[in-house]
Amino acid sequence: MDLLTYAFMQRALLAALLVGVTAPAVGIFLVQRRQAIMGDGIGHVALTGVALGFLLQVSPVWTAVAVAVAGAIGMELIRSYGRARGDIALAMLFYGGMSGGVMIIYLAPNGSNANLTTYLFGSISTVSPQDIPPMIALAAFVLLVVLGLRRQLFAVCQDEEFAHVGGLPVRALNLLLAVTAAVTVTVAMRAVGLLLVSALMVIPVAAAQQVTRGFAWTLAVSVAIGVTVALSGTVFSYYVDVPPGSSIVLASMAVFLLFTAAAGRLRAAGWHNGGVRARRAS
Amino acid sequence: MSAPTDTVVGLRGASASLGARQVLHGIDLAVARGEVVALLGANGSGKSTAVRAVVGRVRLSGGTWELFGTPGDRFRQWARIGYVPQRTTAAGGVPATVREVVAAGRLARTGLRPPGRADRAAVARAIELVGMADRARDAVDALSGGQHQRVLIARALATEPDLLIMDEPMAGVDLAAQQVLAETVRAQVAAGVTVLLVLHELGPLAPLIDRAVLLRDGRVVHDGPPPSGLEPDHVHPHADPATAPVKGHLDRWTS
Repeated sequence: MDLLTYAFMQRALLAALLVGVTAPAVGIFLVQRRQAIMGDGIGHVALTGVALGFLLQVSPVWTAVAVAVAGAIGMELIRSYGRARGDIALAMLFYGGMSGGVMIIYLAPNGSNANLTTYLFGSISTVSPQDIPPMIALAAFVLLVVLGLRRQLFAVCQDEEFAHVGGLPVRALNLLLAVTAAVTVTVAMRAVGLLLVSALMVIPVAAAQQVTRGFAWTLAVSVAIGVTVALSGTVFSYYVDVPPGSSIVLASMAVFLLFTAAAGRLRAAGWHNGGVRARRAS
Repeated sequence: MSAPTDTVVGLRGASASLGARQVLHGIDLAVARGEVVALLGANGSGKSTAVRAVVGRVRLSGGTWELFGTPGDRFRQWARIGYVPQRTTAAGGVPATVREVVAAGRLARTGLRPPGRADRAAVARAIELVGMADRARDAVDALSGGQHQRVLIARALATEPDLLIMDEPMAGVDLAAQQVLAETVRAQVAAGVTVLLVLHELGPLAPLIDRAVLLRDGRVVHDGPPPSGLEPDHVHPHADPATAPVKGHLDRWTS
């Protein structure tokens, strides 16, 4: 394992670890609410933030956080208010974010096609030492929110109407989830890239629920899958020179197929409803 | 004039619209403590909108709304209300166990704090009350329609409510399972819980119901004893002398 002796690989693996934990932990709530595509939209919008960082010559992490959070709040407001035209408004937000990002990055003094690709699909060599502290801080924020408020977020994403009548601060929790998803996208952009971050929010959850029957177990298994594919995909990218986003997402697809096949076998063998016993959630 | 304090639910002259369509045209709906009231009516009569107005999910465009004697806009004791929404609203994209879903009902008591021993006990008790203790660790997706409905009732009971509000609890539930549900409601009524039900037909709950309010086109057309032996879809209050005292009951509230 000579790769661990390289400082850039240590940083890349740490970034992958943070992404592997946070992306499924947030993604599970988006999947529960049947909004799996939301992470993808935030990724598109965040590109404008990255480009602004280049233009203003400041760290793209913070400009990406700012723009992604604004975009996510916008999406949440469109979702909760807009009914008929909601999906078109969301689509326009996605296109605007992507095209704005591309234009600004080409106008920026040190922006280039190569820079763009590293943000779109991830890169193991560009996680700089200065990136690490903000990434850890942002990942800690994400985990604090989704683990600390998992019961409340579960209730809101499961049945918003019921959560309202139960007196939960539904609007605030929805906005907090949107902000958390935006922050996760920013944490993930180095390792998997903005175009593929959504895959790591969705696919580990989809794979996990092939073999689980409860929310708590689905959360635990999907985080385990997320960490496994993020680390192994990053290592694969070290040996075979491809963007890590592609190898991480393909690895998670492989896990999904494996779990789906295994679940089919188990059901055929008469083991109903998946193998993992659900634990108490509370 | 405000409703007396033993009025648990009070809608007076309540009007509401969904989009451009006015659904409620000034309805009066009062439920006294310990009463079991059924809200009846055909599809589109406004009964679901009325009950959603009672829980604050539909804003009134006119009239007043009170819960436990407090104007609805100032009401904060949501933990006193156990709500069973129409079943279509409770389908998540991730598997959840019976216990996880029922535990969500306890959040009305715990809010943002973590649950304690008493909260876990209340959740377990609610699951037991609906006879689902042996399925507590199973996925709700794997349940039959009747069992799923029992889980949603358990979720409403987890808060240990004073008022139980159920929107079409019998929809899509076979007759045997309806009997089980009716038994659960009967136990709650015996314990002094006030119940407001939206029903399409009275079914096995008929013996429990103290009073029926029949809506047609967003107006109350009957408020009094449940139309015995008649399915509400076939009730014609204006033609049927058995349900004639419509006017008198309305007068009691509007005078």
